[in-house]
Amino acid sequence: MTLIVRSIARWMIPSIFLLGVYVVLHGHLTPGGGFAGGVLVAGSFVLSILAFGVKKNKVETKKEWSSLTESIGIFLFWFLAFLGILWGSYFFLNVLTKMSPGARFHLFSAGSIPLYNLAIGIEVASALFTMVFVLMVFREKERP
Amino acid sequence: MNTIPYFVIVPLGVAFLFPFFSRAKKGIVDFLVLFSEGFLFFLALWNVAHAGEVQVYAMGGWKSIGGIPIGIYLVMDGLTRLMLLVVNGIAFWVLLYSIVYMNQYTDPWKYYILFLLLIAGLNGVVLTGDLFNLFVFVEIASISAYALVGFGLEKEALEASIKYQVLGGIASMFILWGILLLYQLTGTLNMADIGRVILANNHPPHALHWVAGLFLAGFGLKSAIVPFHAWLPDAHPSAPSPISAMLSGVVIKGLGIYPLCRIFFNVLGFESILGSLFLGLGGLSLLLGAFCALGQVDMKRLLAYSSINQIGFILIGMGVGTPLGVLGALFHLMNHAVDKALLFLNAGSVEYATGTRDMRKLGGLRALMPVTSTTFFLGSFAIGGLPPLNGFWSKLLIIFALVEKRQYFMALVAVLGSILSLGYFIKIQRNVFLGSSKTDKKIQEVPWVMQISVIVLAIFSIGMGALLLSPFRKTVLDPAVQVLERGCVHYLHSVLGG
Amino acid sequence: MVYGLTLVLFFIGLYGILFKKNLIKIAIGLCILEYAMNLLFALVGYRKGGVAPIVTSQEGASSFFVDPLPQALVLTAIVIGLGTTALLLAFAVRMYRHYQTFDVEEMRKLQG
Repeated sequence: MTLIVRSIARWMIPSIFLLGVYVVLHGHLTPGGGFAGGVLVAGSFVLSILAFGVKKNKVETKKEWSSLTESIGIFLFWFLAFLGILWGSYFFLNVLTKMSPGARFHLFSAGSIPLYNLAIGIEVASALFTMVFVLMVFREKERP
Repeated sequence: MNTIPYFVIVPLGVAFLFPFFSRAKKGIVDFLVLFSEGFLFFLALWNVAHAGEVQVYAMGGWKSIGGIPIGIYLVMDGLTRLMLLVVNGIAFWVLLYSIVYMNQYTDPWKYYILFLLLIAGLNGVVLTGDLFNLFVFVEIASISAYALVGFGLEKEALEASIKYQVLGGIASMFILWGILLLYQLTGTLNMADIGRVILANNHPPHALHWVAGLFLAGFGLKSAIVPFHAWLPDAHPSAPSPISAMLSGVVIKGLGIYPLCRIFFNVLGFESILGSLFLGLGGLSLLLGAFCALGQVDMKRLLAYSSINQIGFILIGMGVGTPLGVLGALFHLMNHAVDKALLFLNAGSVEYATGTRDMRKLGGLRALMPVTSTTFFLGSFAIGGLPPLNGFWSKLLIIFALVEKRQYFMALVAVLGSILSLGYFIKIQRNVFLGSSKTDKKIQEVPWVMQISVIVLAIFSIGMGALLLSPFRKTVLDPAVQVLERGCVHYLHSVLGG
Repeated sequence: MVYGLTLVLFFIGLYGILFKKNLIKIAIGLCILEYAMNLLFALVGYRKGGVAPIVTSQEGASSFFVDPLPQALVLTAIVIGLGTTALLLAFAVRMYRHYQTFDVEEMRKLQG
């Protein structure tokens, strides 16, 4: 990519990443939440690949770490939901609120909802990055 | 002990746990998946045997405030127990079969993940009491089915899957449109609550007819009723055989017929025009499926058209509206699930052993593959309607219900469809199993693991006629029939607690 | 009026699926269909004079919100649309490797 794109990207990528992390973490206070924040984080990675190319990013043409992160993210989500059953009550119960209710409008409140947002953020970011990676970068040997 | 959430938790949990086990030995992985599905099968049987009142499970602990439900409810009533038994039962035997069958493909782990997601989605569809949750689970199951149909990644599988995806996507959008119209009209998404609001309103708005039409189009597309059946004859042959068995036996019923029944009988209210529509569409499906099946040369494509045929029977039974008709339709749903799964698994065995599905190239398999041919014989005549196998009783009930309601023309159509179905099954028998072998390949019977599932399903198809006897009927079929027959008022009372 | 425009978008998407020959254009048509439905759903929740449904700690903030339930549902529906689109595009890329074209007319192996 051209010099202009690369210089702007050098500043934008950390900003977009940080914005995405902010949206994920404040999902219970401001609009957004896991999915929107995860898309932003994935966007920063995709911008990195688009602007700087594949080689500079050291993205190799085999199975990437993002697939494993996606699995970790979605398993964390399931496990958080399952905690409700372990607590003896309903699936998807907000367990942390039952254990220790927090104050309103603070960052550490609303029980397990920020944890759900975090799990979904990790999962969506990894999933989108895996998709982009597979469609753009990873090519098997072309079949006849 | 409340067993409702486990039907969704267990397949989801095992599916999400899978990527961490991808390097384990295949035997351990197979055992884990089989064990989880066996657990669900056992739970479904247990639920049917210990059937009690309607159980309501509020997800996340959000109970109703002032009588208005604010959370997502999972409801288990008689119809749900029946559908859970069908879904999990067929899934278990198909999974047992696919352990050996999927060795032909390169990536069995992805298959298991998708299969478990499909089961989670189907279980969620039959369990949920909330309309948007129904949509979400229908989409989970549909996306898993799209990916599984194209699993072989050859040209035909991809083409069939793309057709299925586009048509299924349009269907989902119709369903979403219906849901949002219903939300705008009633202000709630809980199915029992929608029923209550509609009942309280003495003049239902005309928009409800449009909503009913949208749901009929959307779910009709997913269950391959006749104007909307275009994807089915391509998707079923191209999928791997266990997936064809699941699709034909379980998915088109769980994602199509079950939501239609639930919404039309328990939420919107069953009017007579709906009954006529069901009768008309069912009759069209019957005839078109039968006539198209007679001309096929591909074995699995013939079985796919036969599915369209039998779904027509189920629709006709539902459309009659009397208890006898609904009993016949639900019983035929169970029978067709067992028999069609059996037939597709056998077709898969034939393909596994000989490498082709083209009936012009096959022949004389009766001597070479005795187990396959005997069970195929049993399955095809069961669904064709030969006494005392199970299909005969359900078709008899449906035809009796039609005659009782004086729909003589539809009864004649049903009898004609039944005779034609026997016709095309005889065609398969003659071309594939009788006669002399046309290829030089060495053909032998399939491995014993695959034979177990097929034999068990054949035993079910022989013995399931006994479900009409009084003690079995009272536990399995009657509660389901009562849920549909008693309509909206009973449903909302049992869910919302009077 | 706004609902009518959303339905126009719906029919544009449907037109794209039914009449276009390029597989990518069919996928785009399906996407437009889904976005139209999501937009319609989000618009259903509008209440005259309501503000965005965010509870803040300021005093004096109006508490007449627009309906938040359709917004949550639309979030879910968007994610579902993402999954559907991703799967369709992955299959389209695979088909391209087989046929070297995106033309739907060429991909008709299954007949009868």
